Amino acid sequence: MLKRDFSKSRGRGPLSDKIFKIAATVAGAYVLVVVLLMVVQLGWESGPIWQEEGLGFIWGTDWNAVDGRESFGAFPYIIGTLVTAAIAMSIGVPLSIGIAMFVLTAPKRIGDPLGYLVELLAAVPSVVFGLWGLLVFRIYFKDLIEQPLHTAFGDSIFLFSGSPFGLDVLSASIILAIMIIPTISAVSRDVMLAVPQQQKEAAYMLGSTTWEMFRLAVFPYSKAGLIGASILGLGRAIGETMAVTMMIGNATGLAAIPQSLFSTSATMPSIIANEFIEASPVSLHMPALLGVALVLLLVSMSINVVAHFLVIRMLKIKEGAINN
Amino acid sequence: MSNIIQNKQEKRAEYRAMFRSNVKNRLLVDKIMMGVVFACVLIAITPLLWILGTLFYGGAEALSWEFLTGEPGAIGEGIPPAIGPAIQGTLIIIGLSSIVGIPIGVMSGIYLAEFGGNWFSKQIRFFTDVFMEFPSIVLGVFAFLLIVLFLGHFSVWAGAFALSLIMFPIIARATEESLKMVPWSIREAGAALGLRKWIVTLRIVLPAAKNGIITGILLSVSRVGGETAPLIMTILGSSQFFSGFDSPMDALPLRIWRFSLQPYDEARLAGWGAALVLVITILAIHIGVRYWFIHKRKKTDMIPRLSKIGV
Repeated sequence: MLKRDFSKSRGRGPLSDKIFKIAATVAGAYVLVVVLLMVVQLGWESGPIWQEEGLGFIWGTDWNAVDGRESFGAFPYIIGTLVTAAIAMSIGVPLSIGIAMFVLTAPKRIGDPLGYLVELLAAVPSVVFGLWGLLVFRIYFKDLIEQPLHTAFGDSIFLFSGSPFGLDVLSASIILAIMIIPTISAVSRDVMLAVPQQQKEAAYMLGSTTWEMFRLAVFPYSKAGLIGASILGLGRAIGETMAVTMMIGNATGLAAIPQSLFSTSATMPSIIANEFIEASPVSLHMPALLGVALVLLLVSMSINVVAHFLVIRMLKIKEGAINN
Repeated sequence: MSNIIQNKQEKRAEYRAMFRSNVKNRLLVDKIMMGVVFACVLIAITPLLWILGTLFYGGAEALSWEFLTGEPGAIGEGIPPAIGPAIQGTLIIIGLSSIVGIPIGVMSGIYLAEFGGNWFSKQIRFFTDVFMEFPSIVLGVFAFLLIVLFLGHFSVWAGAFALSLIMFPIIARATEESLKMVPWSIREAGAALGLRKWIVTLRIVLPAAKNGIITGILLSVSRVGGETAPLIMTILGSSQFFSGFDSPMDALPLRIWRFSLQPYDEARLAGWGAALVLVITILAIHIGVRYWFIHKRKKTDMIPRLSKIGV
């Protein structure tokens, strides 16, 4: 009661306290202002492209910045983003959940340092991943994995057709997968930690092994949270710029729609990073890139909103769980 | 009679065999799964060690005093182009974005922890979390529209603004989490002395929570120090030393990117060297914070969980 009275003593008190409260509120509201301004600004400045192309901008496939023949469509980059993110997720999510399981079950002395090493992956800047991918990883990856896959399945499965070069959808997705692992594994560890100890002990008491304990007690309970963690990773993957820009080969227009795992492509962030400086603000090129940025912003925002709802709900029910 | 007993014994043996094979299989599956899980960790750690290995192997020979302090100069002289302006630019832009980002972040955290609990603060917390995950390139585009287009030229301020947008949500959440761990009795003690709330908050609660806040600030600095995408369209990059806030400036991640685009061995060597400097600095911050954390944790418990800061 005392706590509440103290914290909510509004209306009374000296002027300096009121000023302090207003300052804090303004700082808190800053984030709302920025988000709002960002959406409005991007929408306003990309206006010309929506006028010119209408909603067709979203499924148009042209990308021509030549004066007089300007025509822009964001579809290839949306597809490129979705494909790379999907491949990265399908590699990254199982690995991350495995890592979280390991950190939870291994003895503290081994689990903690190894888990920390995985977390350190998040500290490596994107551009360093890109540099490593471009100069080192790509060469080994092409020779050891892509080339054999191409010779074995190139003719029969369309996924592996096209001659591998190392700068393509698959190699970019793998770098992306490495980059989203720390996020997903950290959040899934938190989520699985939130499973009540009683449930785990009950599973053990029924005679289950560690793996069965995870299947019986942990996974069903933390399903929503794990999905949320993966979607958080998806948000990261969609917004990731530098490493993807350096690895994906940067096609434009129709060529950027990936035909196979070994074709070059482009994502929404990569097309912005590549062309933004050269785009002239008076032509349609700049509004087109801003339109891409707007689409990217809205997609990433909705993904993160969903992810946060799932994760927050999961972490919140921790307290009330025993009663359910 | 003996028939029944024999029957029973047979049944029992049968059940025992079933039980054994069942347990055997389950234990085998368990072992396999634990092996798979361990393999996941190894697979994830390999790239980290591989990257660090290549950086040290490829970058160490580039390091020299001239490399760290000189101007890039022309490629083709046999020595790696230097990264002096890049290091200077990174320090400047981190300083500027801290000036903007830290006060806003800390105040916003104070709002969430001290004045929170209502509907509005829940929205703010939610949007801060969501904002933390915004693609950094969109923040760069935003800074470009807001500042570069308005001023008509590339500007250091635009870059600092973009980076401050990445910083402040991290600091805000770290501040909030650490303020929440300060016991209420401390605030009440301050109030009992007749201190005003802002004095209690700034002079008593904030110092008590400073470990967590400093951690958040350091982590946000390390995050911002490696950001490239928002700098492309705000400070553009340059090969000269700092020449005023209204002109392009270089930064370490930008320089690494430029090096990666050049097909010369010297540029490649310089890229490794620059990446080595950047990664060592960032990892040093991370590991230092971590070590400090564990050290301090024994004395006080007012430190938030690292993962809650979202780094």
